[in-house]
Amino acid sequence: MMGVRMNPEDIFRLVDKHNGRHGCIVSILEDIQAEYNFLPRRALRIVASRTGRSLVDIYALATFYRSFSLKPKGRHMVSVCMGTACHVRRSPDVLDGFEQHLGIGAGETTRDREFSLSTVNCLGACALGPVTVIDGEYYRNVRSGDVGRILEHACRDENILKMTEDEQVFSVNVSCPHCNRSLMDHEHRLDDYPMVRVTVSFRRKHGWVRLSSLYGDYRIESEYEITPGAVVQFFCPSCHAELRSGRLCTTCDAPMIILFVRGGGTVQFCSRRGCKEHMLDLVDEEDMRS
Amino acid sequence: MITFTMNGAALQVERGSTLLEAAQFYGFPIPTLCHMEGLSPYGACRLCVVEIDAKTRSRLVSSCTYPVQEGLVVRTASVRVVRTRRMILELLLASCPQSKTIQDLAAAYDVRHQRFRQEYEDCILCGRCVRVCEQQMMAKAIGFRGRGENRGIGTPFDVQSDTCRLCGACMYVCPACELRCSYAEPEKAICGGCANLSPQCVNVDKFDDIMCYMNPCVACEIVQR
Ligand code: FES
Ligand code: FES
Repeated sequence: MMGVRMNPEDIFRLVDKHNGRHGCIVSILEDIQAEYNFLPRRALRIVASRTGRSLVDIYALATFYRSFSLKPKGRHMVSVCMGTACHVRRSPDVLDGFEQHLGIGAGETTRDREFSLSTVNCLGACALGPVTVIDGEYYRNVRSGDVGRILEHACRDENILKMTEDEQVFSVNVSCPHCNRSLMDHEHRLDDYPMVRVTVSFRRKHGWVRLSSLYGDYRIESEYEITPGAVVQFFCPSCHAELRSGRLCTTCDAPMIILFVRGGGTVQFCSRRGCKEHMLDLVDEEDMRS
Repeated sequence: MITFTMNGAALQVERGSTLLEAAQFYGFPIPTLCHMEGLSPYGACRLCVVEIDAKTRSRLVSSCTYPVQEGLVVRTASVRVVRTRRMILELLLASCPQSKTIQDLAAAYDVRHQRFRQEYEDCILCGRCVRVCEQQMMAKAIGFRGRGENRGIGTPFDVQSDTCRLCGACMYVCPACELRCSYAEPEKAICGGCANLSPQCVNVDKFDDIMCYMNPCVACEIVQR
């Protein structure tokens, strides 16, 4: 499902965001890496021509820093510490455990693009050693036998999503079900959560709409005012596919809109302005694989 | 003008010269490897080390990158300098023994063997090719990539570069690959690397800013006729 589609427009946007400030290349590459989880070749060429820098320099930067990758990375980053302190506490065995469990070597990514395995040299947490970090979460005193449990734990976290203090409100991170490109608009925030940006068309008008990403929140911003009760067509701003799920709203019979939720699952909502019908379907990793 | 002392002699040079330039001007020999006239100083090989007396104790610096300062006391061939150079040459021999340039330099310092694990690297990362490509050929087709032991030189993504004009300057200036194949069979002393390039003169009208290191080779005129 992760076929990489890259829209040159998006790269242009990311480049222009930094409008040629000195030393902006690393920030641009960081943004691209964040968006695609790796640096596509074509993107680097675009960055070079757009910023007027030579491709050689961009390539040098992209290969210099470990946080950049020229190959697609998995969704979960597993980093096993191989620093001296962890090493003497048997981190090679831990690495072996991960390698066997995932069936890949260090520096590789599983076929389903779920996990990337890498080694690091000291995470500065030697007292906790051997340490493994998965998606920013530290696991301490790891034994090779713990590997399965840790990986499971790392995946389970995904479905909990980000809960805020009042537990009821959480933000969903959605992507287009056709091209899997993120629909999150980090420039525009509502209550400090990025909004969801899609294009809509209704009554022969075509424009953008930003939806609150908070689940159960109906606030929107739109280019044209949408009259309450109007049924609106939703499109992906990247691949322009229509975002219909095929189901009809159980309340008002308008088509339902479907978006992928990062972490597995979908969210559906009614395409009629004002209708509050919606459903959130989170899928367990297990189900998704089967 | 700046006044300084080199090997005991009080000398003067123009402001902004490097120690290497000053030494060459006054005829003190300093071996170099990554330095090349017409290219920016780079300081990668450290072969050109000299000893300078800064206020309290003496230091080793690379003369190709160090600007002359007023009152500086420099020694270009002290015991410490020579010992250091010999060590550097041993290390160079350990990584790239097949280079004629390195062999000659080592011989000049009477380094006859090296004590490290023998490797046969193609590249010593002196950066000459990268600089000649950028600064003389204005192409910037090759550059460094990676870091640490994975550092290397090549075109982006290792595919043919759009800006490369196949001028061959990078091979011409490389101290590691020139005459590489000569050590076992001297009669095959020419490596033929250039024959594998399609000579740029064949496509002479493809570039309007053609530059050829073989200048004044007349091959292109022959082809055109
Ligand atoms: S010549 Fe000065 S460092 Fe190489
Ligand atoms: S050794 Fe200098 S460029 Fe390869």
